[in-house]
Amino acid sequence: MTRTGHDRRWSARGIAAALTMLLALLLALPAATGSAFAQVNPTTEAVREEQLMQALDRVTGRVSIPDRKAATLIQVEGQEWRAYHERTLAWIGGIAILGMLAVLAVFFLVRGRIRTEAGPSGRTIVRFRWFERFVHWLTASCFVILALSGLNVAFGKSLLLPLIGPEAFSTFSMAAKYAHNYLSFPFTLGLVLMFFIWALRNIPSRVDVTWFAQGGGIVGKAHPPAGKFNAGQKMLFWLVILVGAAIAVSGYILLFPFYGTTIAGMQTAQVVHGLLGVLLTAVILGHIYIGTLGMEGAFDAMGNGEVDLNWARQHHSLWVAEEERKATADGKHGVPPTAVPAE
Amino acid sequence: MARLKFLCDADRCIECNACVTACKNENEVPWGINRRRVVTINDGKPGERSISMACMHCTDAPCKAVCPVDCFYNTADGIVLHSKDLCIGCGYCFYACPFGAPQYPRVGNFGSRGKMDKCTYCAGGPEPDLTAAEYQKYGANRIAEGKLPLCAEMCSTKSLLAGDGEIIAAIYKERVLKRGYGSGAWGWKTAYRETIDV
Ligand code: HEM
Ligand code: SF4
Ligand code: SF4
Repeated sequence: MTRTGHDRRWSARGIAAALTMLLALLLALPAATGSAFAQVNPTTEAVREEQLMQALDRVTGRVSIPDRKAATLIQVEGQEWRAYHERTLAWIGGIAILGMLAVLAVFFLVRGRIRTEAGPSGRTIVRFRWFERFVHWLTASCFVILALSGLNVAFGKSLLLPLIGPEAFSTFSMAAKYAHNYLSFPFTLGLVLMFFIWALRNIPSRVDVTWFAQGGGIVGKAHPPAGKFNAGQKMLFWLVILVGAAIAVSGYILLFPFYGTTIAGMQTAQVVHGLLGVLLTAVILGHIYIGTLGMEGAFDAMGNGEVDLNWARQHHSLWVAEEERKATADGKHGVPPTAVPAE
Repeated sequence: MARLKFLCDADRCIECNACVTACKNENEVPWGINRRRVVTINDGKPGERSISMACMHCTDAPCKAVCPVDCFYNTADGIVLHSKDLCIGCGYCFYACPFGAPQYPRVGNFGSRGKMDKCTYCAGGPEPDLTAAEYQKYGANRIAEGKLPLCAEMCSTKSLLAGDGEIIAAIYKERVLKRGYGSGAWGWKTAYRETIDV
């Protein structure tokens, strides 16, 4: 028997052995001259299920078939995992995603679309080159499909199954599972590339403190200075990199069952994966909002890669100044190197 | 209506693995999968016991609760069955099952999970009873023939019992009373939320 309980080393067998010895002593004392041993009950030393279950998380023995994992007789964690998956995850996921949508809706109604105050300047400045945009959209498109197919695994049976029936839902879920499994690879590649092209630009600096102090210009009317990425974007960047990495690692553990993990390891990976998955989805909803509906001119940055100069001055003043300095150093005047007049 | 259950009297099991073999043969179980197995606790030590374990056909089954495509169903006798046509091989039932019953042939992408396979209590699957399609996916349907699972039927020491829960519990109780000991109905508390008090 292998013990897999955490700090319950004093398990049934130890206690049973101690009790047996005590009993033997008590019997031996008054009958010091006669036989010390009474009739043996063959189950006094046999373990009982309840004893083991109290002492261990998992009851494991030996099997004579090659499948080693079959040696786990009973694992109670399965019940906890069920409770997590059917209740906890549903609550957390529901609150995070619906809550975010509600917050965004209220924000849109109260604050409205964030405008470029000076209006369009008619001149643009290059913000993201093709490779940066390629990496962004590679990661983003994979993310959207991963998130939708993941949410389908978690919530599809309550939301979609009643609408389309078991056969159609199963066919769809199978396709979604394949999509989820295969797109994990380009998504992970996107994360790695994103790290390399943007990590340096996202190192926190003193400007970020001011940005936070002024509410990022999101609450309130201030326009705190910011470099290529403001403090909010930096936070999002690191969140995506770190949480994304955790999601990827836990996902691969699920994808390759029993490669260096046990059932407890896979249950943990599944909990980490599901929770971080729904939380990151909620965060990305906010990101999608501010990049499209929430802010005028923002989408162009990742769309064609060029933003209006006035937009850039309003939101990323330090970055514009930096680009202008570079342009001056290159011998041109006042206009960033790659700016072109708008038609 | 009967509520069909399994009960392994660990004080009788001699770890001969005949139930394991009978199951594989009767159901033509896929390569690498053992719907039933015998686990020996305290191997080689005093108090050693062997327990034959397969799907216990739980009450309020955890596998059924977590399946993302909801492909499990209960027969009128309380047997827990599933549809391999609907299963997407996600592995969730295996995480939730207390007894490690669900298993997967390695045919999925990256050699991972195919359609889940588990003990059917020799009751086949959702296909019409005793058809070739049913046999090919789920194995025998002895229940439709009015027989009990083969593993229990051919257990030489009658350690493994299958049948109506109340009847097999009564048999076990009688044995324990007669011989004066019993190490308990393994898995009953977890699977059926009840034990057999003697
Ligand atoms: C990066 C690599 C990823 C891998 C290898 C991966 C792998 C997996 C696997 C194997 C499952 C189990 C179900 C199934 O087989 O389909 C799963 C479930 C799930 N995944 Fe992923 N995934 C990845 C990324 C993501 C991302 C980016 C998200 C969210 C935005 C996500 C959200 C989910 C969710 C919500 C579930 C269901 C969790 C549950 O039911 O508890 N995954 N993933
Ligand atoms: S033993 Fe496992 S597979 Fe069988 S009914 Fe219970 S949870 Fe489901
Ligand atoms: S592996 Fe199949 S039966 Fe098991 S939970 Fe997933 S879809 Fe359901």
